[in-house]
Amino acid sequence: MTRTLFEKIWDAHLVASPPGRSPIVYIDLHLVHEVTSPQAFDGLRAAGREVRQPARTVATVDHNIPTEPRGTPITDLIAAKQISALQANCKEFGVRLFDMDSPDQGIVHVIGPELGVTQPGMTIVCGDSHTSTHGAFGALAFGIGTSEVEHVLATQCLAQRKPKTMKMDVRGKLADGVTAKDLALGIIGQIGTDGATGHVIEYAGTAVRALSMEGRMTLCNMSIEAGARAGMVAPDETTIAYVKGRRFAPTGADWDKAVACWRSLPSDEGAAFDKIVEIDAAQLCPFVTWGTNPGMVAPVTGRVPEIGAMEESDRRATELALQYMGLEPGEKIQDIGIDRVFIGSCTNSRIEDLRAAARVAKGHRVNSKVRAMVVPGSQTVKRAAEQEGLDRIFRDAGFEWRESGCSMCLGMNPDILQPGERCASTSNRNFEGRQGRGGGTLRIFGIGSLSKRENINRHASQTRDLWVAKNATRRAARPGPSAPNGWRLRMTNEGTI
Amino acid sequence: MKPFTVHRGRVAPLDRVNVDTDQIIPKQFLKRIEKTGFGQFLFYDWRFGVDGKKNPDFVLHEPRYEGATVLVAGKNFGCGSSREHAVWALADFGFRAVISSSFADIFANNSTKNGFLAVLLTDDEVATVMKRAQDIDNYEVTVDLEKCEVRDNQGFFAKFPIDEFVRHCLLNGLDDIGLTLQHDAEIAEYEKHHPAPAALRV
Ligand code: SF4
Repeated sequence: MTRTLFEKIWDAHLVASPPGRSPIVYIDLHLVHEVTSPQAFDGLRAAGREVRQPARTVATVDHNIPTEPRGTPITDLIAAKQISALQANCKEFGVRLFDMDSPDQGIVHVIGPELGVTQPGMTIVCGDSHTSTHGAFGALAFGIGTSEVEHVLATQCLAQRKPKTMKMDVRGKLADGVTAKDLALGIIGQIGTDGATGHVIEYAGTAVRALSMEGRMTLCNMSIEAGARAGMVAPDETTIAYVKGRRFAPTGADWDKAVACWRSLPSDEGAAFDKIVEIDAAQLCPFVTWGTNPGMVAPVTGRVPEIGAMEESDRRATELALQYMGLEPGEKIQDIGIDRVFIGSCTNSRIEDLRAAARVAKGHRVNSKVRAMVVPGSQTVKRAAEQEGLDRIFRDAGFEWRESGCSMCLGMNPDILQPGERCASTSNRNFEGRQGRGGGTLRIFGIGSLSKRENINRHASQTRDLWVAKNATRRAARPGPSAPNGWRLRMTNEGTI
Repeated sequence: MKPFTVHRGRVAPLDRVNVDTDQIIPKQFLKRIEKTGFGQFLFYDWRFGVDGKKNPDFVLHEPRYEGATVLVAGKNFGCGSSREHAVWALADFGFRAVISSSFADIFANNSTKNGFLAVLLTDDEVATVMKRAQDIDNYEVTVDLEKCEVRDNQGFFAKFPIDEFVRHCLLNGLDDIGLTLQHDAEIAEYEKHHPAPAALRV
């Protein structure tokens, strides 16, 4: 019988299939961070349970830590409490923690692959929706809530309904300057933010095969933005070469055995999927988002949509998004000003991303009205970038060079937007207020569109400014125009909460 | 877990699609290490101005929706992050169920662990409930998990699908960690052949 990559992993991890109940699936690797775990550890304690497999559990702090130089006291006392709760829990339950001062600390989805704990064929979970990132290795990796975190801590298993499968067949070749992020945004723009709900996506086709591991991680990371349970890419020589020699990767005879197993994982010829979507890579271009969900996508050379011809429900969502972002229908994307730039997050903060961004930044200056920051995904990425001199390039161009963490991707630490500010961001979500209340994530973009944009600006304005600050601050302090149904979006220039 | 069997309650309409978990519970409130007390922060940025004052125009602040226990919203409810805090906030605020025509997977999953029901109806059915909640004062529905149906006293009636095991757990308020641990022998057997890698031991 032919099976897909997903089915092979699923079958290999089935512990029990009790009649009338969800199958029980074994979890190889459980990644833990400070925000979604304290209540789970409390639950364990209350029930008098242990962590069943501490050696399959890896923790780090990333979501709410400051990106100021390490050692700077954490002024947010509630955040500090959450961090110390994780430290205490890891100690009590014997879990390995890559703490604030660890040379391996970083965003959970960056350090898993980097340390070699993420491996093909595994089942991987984390109390974080972007766990889908690890699917780039041909692993089944998905986000879970805190109750399930507790469930995995206690049982090393999850009771899961079997998801459906979707093949995303990306034919042809991405054009120069079109990145994995553009591919992801192109897909979401096409199938919508709920287009893959209930499905595990397997990305296949020549364009996917041609991606580096970093590119595959970016692509799988964004799967959740299409509603998918997980995203996967079958392991191949690129995968094996990436894992080889990493700190926690198998060695010696174990390595040979593991590689033989990984080579058997790709979907069999003719294996059936519940859904197949074909994408012509040649049709894709550098995309940016303009609205308040990742499906609100336009080519970087395009315009914000016109509302006229839209259906009622789309129109309402578009109107609300435009209102929040302070944009006019039909406005040219390249004419929209920004206040902040954020290069970071588990989507685009790996060394390859920083190299690409540095190539663009080199020899330019960030516009003086714009605040730009680079937040490496991990301490390891940061060190590598510094060894290559990327930090100098960024600093010389006027970027801030920060310590690793999630930072402005979700703004749980002090790196947030002020009301009315717009940010160009390499992160994954542009939800209202995600980067700071009243602040709009103007674009989530791949580095490719950054370079395109820079070229365009240079030609248009003959300046060497990297970013345009025209219209930089949104029409703030507007009287809160009334939207249908009594909705009122408030935007003022006062401080954030 | 609190069981869910049959619940009748006032409906509040949230006429928006893609309501994401960042809206349901903004990130600044995720730093608490408790499971309780999140209701006060539900839809915070919509309910309150930057000055912390109540936004009287927000639908949940309209007096006629006070005490609502069923929320009806547009499609793809609960998309975005995996934060279970979103469900904790809805439940703590007083909601027992949310009706929509689609839910993000993780949100739906999280709901089932908290005795909170994500009720899946068709677009048309959601539109009907939404409209009635907007037009009719004190509009109530009954969400009946025993019969898997939603009904009102104006003739509306709809069946909803739900996984049989999830339904069983919800009806009986079962803790699924306990259920999985009934398979302890099978888990141990699996682990015999799949030992944990030694390298990660502390
Ligand atoms: S970088 Fe952003 S998306 Fe990634 S884990 Fe951190 S908060 Fe989540």
